[in-house]
Amino acid sequence: MSESPFVRTEHLGVSLSGRAVLRDVTIELPRRHLVALVGPNGAGKTTLLRALAGLIPSQGSVTIDGVALSALPLRERAKRFGYLPQGHLVHWPLPVRDVVALGRYPHGATDPARLSPHDEAAVARAMAATDVVQFGDRSVTELSGGERSRVALARVLAVEAPVLLADEPTASLDPRYQIDVMRTLRAAADAGTLVVVVTHDLGLAARFADSVLVLSDGQLVAHGAPEVALSDRIMAEVFRVSAYRAAHQDSAVILPWAGV
Amino acid sequence: MVVAPGPARRAMVTAGLAVLVGLLAIGSLAIGPVKLSPLVVIEALFGGGGDVQQVIVQEIRLPRTILALAIGGILGLSGAALQGLLRNPLASPSLFGAPQSAAFGAVLMIALGWADVRSYALPVAGITMAFVSVFALLAVAGRNAGLLLLILAGLAISSFAGAATALVMNLSLNPFATLEIAFWLLGSLEDRSFRHVMLALPFIVAGALLLMSQRSAFRALSLGEETAQSLGVDVGRLRLLVIAGVALGVGGGVAVSGTIGFIGLVAPHLMRPLIGHDPARLLVPSALTGAALLLAADIAVRLIPSTSDIKVGVLTSIIGVPFFLYLIVRERRALGGGVA
Repeated sequence: MSESPFVRTEHLGVSLSGRAVLRDVTIELPRRHLVALVGPNGAGKTTLLRALAGLIPSQGSVTIDGVALSALPLRERAKRFGYLPQGHLVHWPLPVRDVVALGRYPHGATDPARLSPHDEAAVARAMAATDVVQFGDRSVTELSGGERSRVALARVLAVEAPVLLADEPTASLDPRYQIDVMRTLRAAADAGTLVVVVTHDLGLAARFADSVLVLSDGQLVAHGAPEVALSDRIMAEVFRVSAYRAAHQDSAVILPWAGV
Repeated sequence: MVVAPGPARRAMVTAGLAVLVGLLAIGSLAIGPVKLSPLVVIEALFGGGGDVQQVIVQEIRLPRTILALAIGGILGLSGAALQGLLRNPLASPSLFGAPQSAAFGAVLMIALGWADVRSYALPVAGITMAFVSVFALLAVAGRNAGLLLLILAGLAISSFAGAATALVMNLSLNPFATLEIAFWLLGSLEDRSFRHVMLALPFIVAGALLLMSQRSAFRALSLGEETAQSLGVDVGRLRLLVIAGVALGVGGGVAVSGTIGFIGLVAPHLMRPLIGHDPARLLVPSALTGAALLLAADIAVRLIPSTSDIKVGVLTSIIGVPFFLYLIVRERRALGGGVA
């Protein structure tokens, strides 16, 4: 059951101001799965994530659990797709807990001061999973970059959507936080969520992901288990690097090594 | 540091503001050429006391008080809503030229001789021009406009509205109409009747309801447009509704009062230290603060000794502009890097 496709795209394409930035992407992604979306800068990773969440107009189709994305009202989409953009921007100095509670917005909990016990529990779970409970009352703007990215992750976890889309959640984090974030996402996947993570860190992708999608110039060029998708040929053709390969503690180790 | 005041404190602040607005409203009814005591005012308001007091309170002063309350309130509310929409503490209706544009629409009607006090030409023209101005602002500045872009576009739009108004006065054949327009532009609540209230109030109420209906979306928008959309907020629709709400409220208000500046900018700033930065929670307190500010300013113009009447719009700008300069100084760092 867990391997049957949950999110499926057919010939998904996106054009921005007349230029095709994503072409003919057909994928099937199961639940309980962590998918790493990789590719060089400008390959269309963020665009694919946005198209999956229905945030930009696209050609082709996206279905979730057999239902076409285009047939779902905005709020229903929001319940099904948690989306974490790059940057983790918060425009006002709001308390951390209120920011996390915004994850319950699609479920009708629009006021953080008046959450139902159910919503309250979801917020508490998300804050515990990302270890931000201790600064719940502090302003999000006075946190460090690493702390803020954990708060942003807690916000998207609080949606408790069956699909979680995260755009470079480990960018500009120190190694420890990068591992923490990937562990949290791995745990969410193990609990039944389909997690799609955009990352430039092929090492983290190889270690934590069940499968890797490689995008190049708006097209899907490889999809499979990390060792398969990140083959020597793909590493050379798409990323223009060679790779050091090993295995450690039952995980694949893939390290970009030198330019080719 | 704990940043957000608790619900109890917020409720207390809001209740305190409501009481303040009530007291200022009574003060506004009591002060004028005939000074009345607050008790007499309340008595006259509910049909007691002498006939003269009743006429003074109910027919002469009440419309002015209601307009000060409603227009101040909608200006404060619009300021808070625009700041929420644009996630920018320097946003305000007047900074973006909405009242100036509404004034142009109204002035055009006055110059054309269509501005009968019973006709809806004045508010409709005001609202239309306010709508056009906010729409133009967002179109020119773009979706994720930074501070500098918004202020530049706003400056251009308000200058253009000012120039268009000047052109109307320039071309006006009747010197008395020109004089009337000039004084009207300064912004005043003097000698307004219930006809004016009936003219403006429906639009102000409609605008306020529209803005209030979107309040939780402002909260989601704190995380940026993309995240808000992923949370189920239709950002495009929200923009249109806020533009419509601000245009209806500010346009309707300006059509009977002339331009009254800076209340929309100042009110949310006064509230943030007391209420916190949550844009949804700022709406009602900002409206109350706006109402209190305009009521107070309108009382002040009656108390300040001067040879001729000081217009309330002049007073709010005289106080508001230095406050605005202070805000710019405080935000200097953000402004310096605000091009991107």
